[in-house]
Amino acid sequence: MAYNFQFSGLLPYLQNLVDGLVTTVVITLITTVLGCLLGTLCAAARAGQSSFKSKVVGVYVELIRNTPFIVQLFFIFFGLPALGLRLSAWEAGTLAMVINLGAYSTEIIRAGIEATPKGQIEAAKVLGLTRFQTFVRVVLPPAIQKIYPALTSQCIIVMLGSAVLSQISVQELTFAANFIQSRNFLSFEVYFVVAGVYLLLSIGMRQLFNGIHYLVFPNLRAQR
Amino acid sequence: MSLVNIDNVHKYYGDNHVLKGVDLKIKAGEVISIIGRSGSGKSTLLRCINGLESYDKGGITVDQMEVTSDEEQIRKLSKSVGMVFQSFNLFPHLTVSQNITLAPKLVRKVSAEEADTLALQVLEKVGLKDKASSYPQELSGGQQQRVAIARSLAMQPKVLLCDEITSALDPELVGDVLNVLEELAAEGMTLVLVTHEMNFARDVGDRVIFMHQGKIWESGDAKEVFAAPKTPELQKFIDAVL
Ligand SMILES: Nc1ncnc2c1ncn2[C@@H]1O[C@H](COP(=O)(O)OP(=O)(O)O)[C@@H](O)[C@H]1O
Ligand SMILES: [Mg+2]
Repeated sequence: MAYNFQFSGLLPYLQNLVDGLVTTVVITLITTVLGCLLGTLCAAARAGQSSFKSKVVGVYVELIRNTPFIVQLFFIFFGLPALGLRLSAWEAGTLAMVINLGAYSTEIIRAGIEATPKGQIEAAKVLGLTRFQTFVRVVLPPAIQKIYPALTSQCIIVMLGSAVLSQISVQELTFAANFIQSRNFLSFEVYFVVAGVYLLLSIGMRQLFNGIHYLVFPNLRAQR
Repeated sequence: MSLVNIDNVHKYYGDNHVLKGVDLKIKAGEVISIIGRSGSGKSTLLRCINGLESYDKGGITVDQMEVTSDEEQIRKLSKSVGMVFQSFNLFPHLTVSQNITLAPKLVRKVSAEEADTLALQVLEKVGLKDKASSYPQELSGGQQQRVAIARSLAMQPKVLLCDEITSALDPELVGDVLNVLEELAAEGMTLVLVTHEMNFARDVGDRVIFMHQGKIWESGDAKEVFAAPKTPELQKFIDAVL
């Protein structure tokens, strides 16, 4: 059972790994921004006055949260062309991730919105703020602050989920790993290294999110 | 014409007839204390004055504007009517100064510099100029309530409604808040206070309104009402709280 580890066998493929990593990072960045934005809009609709909008969002959220991500991805990439919507693998993958994160973040952000004391909304109303101003300036910031750890964890989960995009040949990190091991058969080495890269990505994202948290919400720095 | 005109206002919560024909006229500069048992309709009356609650019958005008629950109308009213709540309701993610300048900037379209100057002015008034850059969580309850008052004042209202604004405070912090109210009264601000501070109502208030079962049961000059209550209900209430 003596296996001779050959990590040096990966060196010729370093560029593939770097390219894959860049793609994963870029897709994650786009997904995080657009997915959280979508989640915020949907959470606003969910908490808002229109029961029609709220129901539409409800159906969207349940649909996404109760089906496998890979099926959502295949539906967008392989299914939608039947309706005439033909997307590149990259576009379909990113879209699927945005839609997925959007659904999960809707529920997370909604929980934060609902935790806003009614009195603060009344105070804003009495001060003459419009409904929109109240939502954006009074309700949303503390809501995001409250659910920030859950929201950022979800972003990291979605980043890890991007590995599935290799299945529609988006050339991200896992795709690069699959490609390399098909050439040099060093499965252990390749996936060991790639797992480590994902781990570092997760840790890095968490650090970054923590930094942003304190930057965006200076009241967290104030002592109680 | 009175600043606030309440004319035969009725309000129901479902079957619960909460306000049963309330008439009240408030002149500019008056300090009115509303007292009465819990559930007698004091908060509801106050909240009808600025449109936070709708009413079912009768009419209310403030500063010659009709009070309706129409959102646009409530926004217009916000420039004339301020309100301070029992639970402060400061915005936790904003500094004291930002809490105060938010509405002037968004609603009255005051420039940022003007708003900052305004914030310092009103903070000076409530004795908290040095707390401008603190966050609510760093302040005591009494300080938070004074900031809430300052925040209302920054909108330069003609009348300030206060709903039991000292009830959530530790006893030793009540005085500071009452002092601010007293100064405002002395400056001629129109105040409508729902309060359990009977001494304050008697000594600072011009007029006392005793509410009972959704009606103004008895009202009159502050000192006289307390010295010689006319109805047994008020007598009983005063005996119970004093
Ligand atoms: N939002 C509401 N929904 C239903 N009933 C309410 C509501 N607010 C107050 N009430 C009822 O209206 C009555 C008067 O309440 P309130 O004006 O708060 O009295 P007070 O401020 O004098 O204690 C009470 O019977 C109370 O239960
Ligand atoms: Mg009350």
